[in-house]
Amino acid sequence: MSTGLKGWKDIPIGGMILEAGNSAEYETGGWRTFRPVMDKEKCKNCLFCWIYCPDSAIQVENEKIKEIDLKYCKGCGICAAECPAKAIEMVEEGKL
Amino acid sequence: MGKQVAMTGNIAVANAMRQINPDVCAAYPITPSTEVMQQFASFVADGKVDTELVTVESEHSAMSAGIGAAAAGGRVMTATSANGLALMWEMLYIASGNRLPIAMMVINRALSAPINIHGDHSDEMGARDAGWIQMYSENGQEAYDNIIQAILIGESEGVLLPAMVGMDGFIISHSIENLELLEDKQVRDFLGEFKPKHPLLNINKPITMGPLDLQDYYSEHKRQQAQAMQKAKAAILKVAKDYKAVSGREYGFFEPYKLEDADIGILTLGSSAGTTRFVVDLMREKGIKVGMIKLRVFRPFPIEELQQALSHLKALAVMDRSDSFGAAGGPVFSEVRSALYDLPARPKTVNYIYGLGGRDLGISPIERVVKDLQEIHQTEKIKELVTHLTVRE
Amino acid sequence: MPKITEVRWHGRGGQGTVTAAKIFAETAMSGGKHVQAFPEYGPERMGAPLRAYNRVSDTPLALHCQVTNPGIVAVVDVTLLGTIDVTEGTPDDAIFVINTPEDPKTMRKNLNLQHGSLFTVDATTISLETLGRPIPNTPMLGALAKVTDVISKDNLIEDTRVNLSKKLSEEMVQKNIEAITRAYEEVKSE
Repeated sequence: MSTGLKGWKDIPIGGMILEAGNSAEYETGGWRTFRPVMDKEKCKNCLFCWIYCPDSAIQVENEKIKEIDLKYCKGCGICAAECPAKAIEMVEEGKL
Repeated sequence: MGKQVAMTGNIAVANAMRQINPDVCAAYPITPSTEVMQQFASFVADGKVDTELVTVESEHSAMSAGIGAAAAGGRVMTATSANGLALMWEMLYIASGNRLPIAMMVINRALSAPINIHGDHSDEMGARDAGWIQMYSENGQEAYDNIIQAILIGESEGVLLPAMVGMDGFIISHSIENLELLEDKQVRDFLGEFKPKHPLLNINKPITMGPLDLQDYYSEHKRQQAQAMQKAKAAILKVAKDYKAVSGREYGFFEPYKLEDADIGILTLGSSAGTTRFVVDLMREKGIKVGMIKLRVFRPFPIEELQQALSHLKALAVMDRSDSFGAAGGPVFSEVRSALYDLPARPKTVNYIYGLGGRDLGISPIERVVKDLQEIHQTEKIKELVTHLTVRE
Repeated sequence: MPKITEVRWHGRGGQGTVTAAKIFAETAMSGGKHVQAFPEYGPERMGAPLRAYNRVSDTPLALHCQVTNPGIVAVVDVTLLGTIDVTEGTPDDAIFVINTPEDPKTMRKNLNLQHGSLFTVDATTISLETLGRPIPNTPMLGALAKVTDVISKDNLIEDTRVNLSKKLSEEMVQKNIEAITRAYEEVKSE
């Protein structure tokens, strides 16, 4: 088979995943149809988006929002919905 | 030589567990297995073992707790019977699918309904596709020896499967017989320390167990399980060899008796093997060339080995202490007959369902089986493929 | 074929019949025998008739079926004789040991017994006088030690001590041993 999937002799037994944190290998950014776009002027750095983001895609540096990691952001829009300052807008990918 | 003692099968198994000193036992009581955990609980209370005993609210929970403890990296044991085993059903597959070498004593008992507490094999046979190694014991001595060996078989490199050991309820579990216990130190040295391959509690190397496994990999993981079961065959023989060095007692996949020069034979498992051996001796005195074979290991099923052992027979009776309603005979029969199918010359093979719900299998019904086999041998004709023995018309 | 001695015990739940079969087996094992002891499996209820069995042999025991033709029958409760045929399946040379104050001749007549040898021992009175309670199992064992060659009195006393010490006080153990000794002396033959 040319699926790129491994055969039964080459995978850990019992479906075990032997490396911690390997979900980082799966870039879920490809699922996105709407992209969060942040207005830095409006952002108060309350970090609500960072708390709510299910994919840990909100990158923070020195207690301030740095950027949204689009490699992993699925475009779920939770950050936009939770933002008290209405600083995040969901924009359709095709219109960017 | 160990010490000769007179004790019931249940107490012998409880003593094996004391000597094994597992990390965790989780159990829920059910007749006739209750006495095992009751005695073991005394050992725990008296500080004779280091085991964490988890008393749970059901057998489903017992197996679940066992799975958690085994995943964490512990050596885990439990005991149950009949409906208790049935209640573990979904968790049996999770133990084997997660490749956790849990060792479980099954005190074989009939499944309800109608409700019955006595010995037959319908409980363990019902779990024959659950991915567990399965063994049966003729008497208390074998139950003791088998459960100790089950620990190492399951933990063997390339195997990593749970194992259950059967012992006939009441007939063996509650009967006092002579048997020989090993010294505590002998058992502990024999088993050594369990070094789990992928313990979940190793914080230096965190892993994930039991993740979602869909069309892309599930088949591969099941293929691994099939392979592990095949590897278990070598492990069973290796462990038996090492155990003989310690105990002097010999074990294999099965034990033939006066089979080499026999024309006809009886294959059975569990406590009825002893009574059958007695009848073989009686018949041999009359010049009837009958032998018997006692099956010890049912999973993995020793296909090639049985083919070799049975090919010379002209007629063979397979004894089943459980029924597989609507199937081509009892579970043991189906497997044995299938194993013989590819032989160029094979014995005419018939099936007897017997002893359900603890119904006694005395000498005369086995004599009748021998008589039937003689007739099949002479006439080369099978009158009845599957016979329900020890049942009133 | 190897000689196998089979014993059938008749008693009622609560009389220590199953324990008697257990001690009988352990005592025979102390004498170098291979043994089995098993109750007629099922829930035990105080006062309900029950049977227990032994097999004893010089060679390992393979049989795992019920005992149907016992060479020795021990009747722990004589009131069972009215409802249960204690002679069922017994061979011509069977030994019967019955707990009763009656003499063996009377009992033979009562049972309409044509075969075997019959012994009586007043095990209930002995247990009342020694233990203060009607638990006739240990005196029955004393009688069996006397009239069969399966267990010896010395082994019996030793194994009774080991067995009962797990549950009873030293004083009660001593009284049980006294009961055994008295029954051994007092058992009556025909």
